[in-house]
Amino acid sequence: MSARTHMPAGMEAIEEKGWVRAHKYLLLRRASQLLFLAVFLLGPWFGIWIVQGTLAGSLTLGVLPLTDPLILLQSVIAGHWPELTALVGGVLVLAAYALIGGRVYCSWVCPINPVTDAANWLHRRLDLPKGWQPKRSTRLWILATVLIVSGATGVIAWELVNPITMLHRGLIFGAGFVWAMIIAIFVFDLFVSRHGWCGHICPVGAFYGLIGAKGLLRVSAPNRTACDDCMDCYAVCPENQVISPALKGKSGSTPLILSPDCTACGRCIDVCAVDVFKFTHRFDDKVAAPTDPVPAPDPRAARPI
Amino acid sequence: MPFEGKPLSPQRRRFLQDAARASGGCVVAGSMLAWLARDARALPAEALRPPGALPEEAFLSACIRCGLCVRDCPYDTLKLAELGVDAVATGTPYFTARDVPCEMCDDIPCVAACPTGALDPALDNIDDAEMGVAVLVDQENCLNFLGLRCDVCYRVCPVIDEAITLEMAHNERSGHHAMFIPTVHADHCTGCGMCEKSCVLPEAAIKVLPARLARGSSADHYRKGWEEKEAKGGPLVEGLIDLPDRLPGPGTDNLAAPGGFAPAYDLPGVGQ
Repeated sequence: MSARTHMPAGMEAIEEKGWVRAHKYLLLRRASQLLFLAVFLLGPWFGIWIVQGTLAGSLTLGVLPLTDPLILLQSVIAGHWPELTALVGGVLVLAAYALIGGRVYCSWVCPINPVTDAANWLHRRLDLPKGWQPKRSTRLWILATVLIVSGATGVIAWELVNPITMLHRGLIFGAGFVWAMIIAIFVFDLFVSRHGWCGHICPVGAFYGLIGAKGLLRVSAPNRTACDDCMDCYAVCPENQVISPALKGKSGSTPLILSPDCTACGRCIDVCAVDVFKFTHRFDDKVAAPTDPVPAPDPRAARPI
Repeated sequence: MPFEGKPLSPQRRRFLQDAARASGGCVVAGSMLAWLARDARALPAEALRPPGALPEEAFLSACIRCGLCVRDCPYDTLKLAELGVDAVATGTPYFTARDVPCEMCDDIPCVAACPTGALDPALDNIDDAEMGVAVLVDQENCLNFLGLRCDVCYRVCPVIDEAITLEMAHNERSGHHAMFIPTVHADHCTGCGMCEKSCVLPEAAIKVLPARLARGSSADHYRKGWEEKEAKGGPLVEGLIDLPDRLPGPGTDNLAAPGGFAPAYDLPGVGQ
């Protein structure tokens, strides 16, 4: 711990690596989120029909069906066996996220992510208390509740409130009062509960976490011996309970962040001034050889608060 | 009084407390969600589901609200319900007949587009669609009921002469004209809403309603004797004596006709 701890998260990385490199994955993620939104909007806005439909169910180039597997699961539990098209689409999405890593959906695709990211950014800037922090397992309980209610009522229950599909559908088909819901989530994450929605409540994220638990894409901390405990990665990580086992593991333990909660957003890679983290696959558990003793990073050591 | 045996484990207590709190929260959240689900089933009468839509309860278990049916509707009839604006379950497809009716495409593109079967792919003839039933709700304002020959609802009906017929009736007001009464035959009506859309009145006199509102139902044990008699080709019960029916007209007890039962008082306009 040092004076650097008191700098705003990410400042050091910006000074070390430059603004662009210190925001590399953030920029890439925003580009990805925009791209996923754009392919859906090109049709209704400009008449270029690459993708029809919404995140709940879509048809790409008239041939490729994709369906939200959680919605499909609720539908089956509610008593409807879907037609083949929807099932094929669901299996494709399921397979893709099981292979890559489920919560990649959360940080690279989900349109709510920029909203909660913005809330968290402001939360950090205003230095607000973290507020109500229910257990991380709450979202799993909610997921179970959603499935039970779907079965009990015969209605795809989460779609009655799901802000993800509501926002997405709202942008494509007409929003109604969806903006009020988005503001509610923003305010909830800002004042009531830090990382509240995506980190504790959302059963969609919980579902993708489950199916992608063995996904290939992982963040690793191979260079963990270089860590100077500035805590910036903990400050920006939306699921910061996942970092410690990898970063602070005993020598010999895997440097891979294997928790299914990790959304693979890559912000920890961005904000680390000493490049501890990197994206890799789950079988790459190489650790950089510890250089002993750890050289004190001179240029930063003398920096004033 | 102290407990005997092993002291209770604080971990166990912690676990039980957490589990109780989580399940309590889930019961509250789940109840609210179930209440929303019940609410979602209340489809307003003027909101019609696309052709082939499963009955409302099944529909809400099947429709994933993707909007592909809306995209493939060539006449922009269908729309997705918007949150807080339309009183239809958010994101589900519907149409309002008076705004844009269903044009009853032969290839039924909305059904073909549905990935889940919420719009039943077994519907292969659009004439079999049951989106609702047209009802001539206002006989007092319908121009045909006033004795005029508007006929617009009849003319625009895609199933003309089957779903809507014009039934001739005597015009009591003028005494010597006919009225042509638009009459809906529910078996043939698809509920497309062309009639409601085309009604020339400021507020349509004929409206498409969901079948649950538009129709009564016959009790299971009711039999139409005349149909069964015709099917059998003879009396249903052998040996019945067929007594003469008392019908109006000469030779019966028609009050106005001679030979019938004559009351003790004079009827106006009846000769002595």
